[in-house]
Amino acid sequence: MKFKLAKPNKENLNTFVTLGSVLILVGFFDFLANTFLDLNFTGFLPGGLSFLTPIIIGVMGLHFIRIEFSGNRLLDKINTNFNSSNFNAFLSLLVIFALIKYIPPILNWFIFDADFAGNTKQDCTSGGACWVFVKVWLNRFVYGMYPDTEQWRINTAFFMLFALVGASFFVPAKLKKYLLIFLLFVYPIIGLKLISGGDFGLEYIETGAWGGLSLTFIVSAFALILCFPVGMFLALGRRSNLPAIRYTSIGFIELWRGVPLITVLFMSAVMFPMFLPDGTYVDKLIRVLVAITLFEAAYMAEVIRGGLQALPKGQYEAAKSLGMGYWRMHFLIVLPQALKLVIPGIANTFLALVKDTPLIFVVGLLELAGMVNLAKTNPEWLGMAMEGYVFAGLVFWVICYAMSRYSQNLEKKLSTER
Amino acid sequence: MNFKNFKLDLSNKNKDLIPQVLTVLFIVLVIIYFTINAQNNMGNRGISFGFGFLSQESSFDITFSLIDYDGSHSYAKAFLVGLLNTILVSVIGIFFATILGVTVGISRLSQNYLISKAAEWYVEIFRNIPLILQIFFWYFAALRALPLTVDSINFYDISFLNVKGWYVPRLIWTNFSLFVYSLIAAILLIFFVSKYAKKQRDELGKQIPVFYISLGILFGLPFLTFLLGGVTLSFQIPELTQLSKTIYVYQGGVTIIPELISLALALSMYTATFIAENVRAGILGVNKGQKEAAASIGLTKGQILKLVVMPQALRIIIPPTTNQYLNLTKNSSLAAAIAYPDIVLVFAGTALMQTGRAIEIISITMLTYLSLSLSISVFMNWYNKKMAIKEK
Repeated sequence: MKFKLAKPNKENLNTFVTLGSVLILVGFFDFLANTFLDLNFTGFLPGGLSFLTPIIIGVMGLHFIRIEFSGNRLLDKINTNFNSSNFNAFLSLLVIFALIKYIPPILNWFIFDADFAGNTKQDCTSGGACWVFVKVWLNRFVYGMYPDTEQWRINTAFFMLFALVGASFFVPAKLKKYLLIFLLFVYPIIGLKLISGGDFGLEYIETGAWGGLSLTFIVSAFALILCFPVGMFLALGRRSNLPAIRYTSIGFIELWRGVPLITVLFMSAVMFPMFLPDGTYVDKLIRVLVAITLFEAAYMAEVIRGGLQALPKGQYEAAKSLGMGYWRMHFLIVLPQALKLVIPGIANTFLALVKDTPLIFVVGLLELAGMVNLAKTNPEWLGMAMEGYVFAGLVFWVICYAMSRYSQNLEKKLSTER
Repeated sequence: MNFKNFKLDLSNKNKDLIPQVLTVLFIVLVIIYFTINAQNNMGNRGISFGFGFLSQESSFDITFSLIDYDGSHSYAKAFLVGLLNTILVSVIGIFFATILGVTVGISRLSQNYLISKAAEWYVEIFRNIPLILQIFFWYFAALRALPLTVDSINFYDISFLNVKGWYVPRLIWTNFSLFVYSLIAAILLIFFVSKYAKKQRDELGKQIPVFYISLGILFGLPFLTFLLGGVTLSFQIPELTQLSKTIYVYQGGVTIIPELISLALALSMYTATFIAENVRAGILGVNKGQKEAAASIGLTKGQILKLVVMPQALRIIIPPTTNQYLNLTKNSSLAAAIAYPDIVLVFAGTALMQTGRAIEIISITMLTYLSLSLSISVFMNWYNKKMAIKEK
């Protein structure tokens, strides 16, 4: 009889729900009082047990309201989603309590106790995050050491890019092709010339002064544009029937895929100059771009190869039966289809590329993460590492998350089209 | 017979030959060009190509080493120290990444809304922040916020955590080799037991509780060496000692330096997100019909998981996960950014600066990573072939 009473059933629905809710409320009350008011009602219990009391009471309460098909929509929803077994009830309470305990301090540090006003470290007095640091250094975080008076050039270049990309969504399909060609082949040269200067009355600004977030974008954009054709030819080479070309491609791809990027950058920094005639100086940024391009091209080649392999054999045969040669077959029939298949893979490679750009600190180029490293060692701003990295992490996270979401959507869209 | 056909064949052959010859010629020319330049450059600096420097005295110290090393040892030994440190952080990273990744991956499939959401956000947050930034965060921001040596965080008086590192007890063994032999013997024995059990199950339909027997062997055999073989184990607990008025250090015990902690933390948390996605995809990839079929022939829930679901899920999970292990090992080279003495920092950093032998040192470093990657991919190809579904 007693056992039956403890087992929740539908007949005594109200009793059990009331009992359970009261227990859950008691658990929550105990926990909240403990967290926010520093009151410990269960202090008389031994250490570990006292700590777990709210969860134990809560799990007991959740056990009582676990009634299948109770007829109450809310109750059923709670039971299926949070409370399907004692273990699940325990986990749910653990997550909820952890959120209640840790979210407020984090929010306090982040916003409510944070300092926004002022211009020096001394203005940060309230104990939270010192966003003044980010505010003061923001210019450097975005533009690096690029002279303040010339920053409009970077802005113009990026504004042009956004305008062109935006326009590509609206122009008629016929013009779209030309716009794309302009975007891929002409615009990079204009943009680069605009930022580096040296002609047309623009002051020359050496690449050592470039930096910050704009450098992240410059490096990843150029590396992507450059690694794409290289990767494409490597992928074709790996599937070629000609042994010399096939083995060269395999060797090249496996070499770059087998080593970490940081050693490749080291190579471009210290080993590569040894291979050039004495006295030749290749710009740091160009060396880095070549290194990253070759490295990412190997990964791109494998992605594109996946697309080539996934294409039905009939496509090749049909193209051949029309009398097409190797290049015409690949550029008109095979590659357009294969590339479309691997768009998500290409997006993922690009994502990895963006995440790899901070490594260029190896050769002394400082993009966002590197700039934060530099700023936090400034004697006037010591102890600001947390703010700096949280800011840089947030910026990177927003960029990468948006891109990964976009690639996932693309994947879904493409998979339904097939 | 047909002259026309013959001519066509020849032209086809030429068409194949020309690009190949051009490729080889191009590569050979580039190599020759680079070699000549390199020889000139090295001649100007008064050094010649060679690996003789490896046996010279290195004369630099390394902050953290698994083997006995100081400045009087050779560059070759410094390389070995770096390699061992790389392997150490990779193994630690792989261990925790696997545990965390599998947990998160399974959690993402949980019916519990809160758990699956929490796991999803974990993956989304840590996957989309560059690894190097995470390493910086742990090293420069999080671990620097730990208390000073005097106010260390105390774990039950045997282990202490402070801004200088994590101090754990040192294990002092006698007859350690006997213990290791017993472990190896136990693993071999388990291997044979499971083979025998599988044979019994396949031929006679007998079920042998392999798991419990294995557990017994794994703990029992080493335990016997304690009782009979004279193996003893004692702990040396780190103790706070005062060096001068304000300087305190922990002596005795093992120091796990903050560089290692932050690197292992960042590597395992970052890689775990990818492993979690693999695990999730693997479990989702097993056809539902398989489970239903297994249930309909009367297997229990545990048997379904062990005999039907897991073998198929593992076939999907293992190849990309090995790839992630490989990535983790390669990513451990980011250690150079926070001065953890791995192979890149010790060899491609300090040793290169001292000797100036860029070509030799970078080649050795890259070859080390390359041989590691290639051996794992050879193993993976073998494994995939072995595990592939054998269709008739």
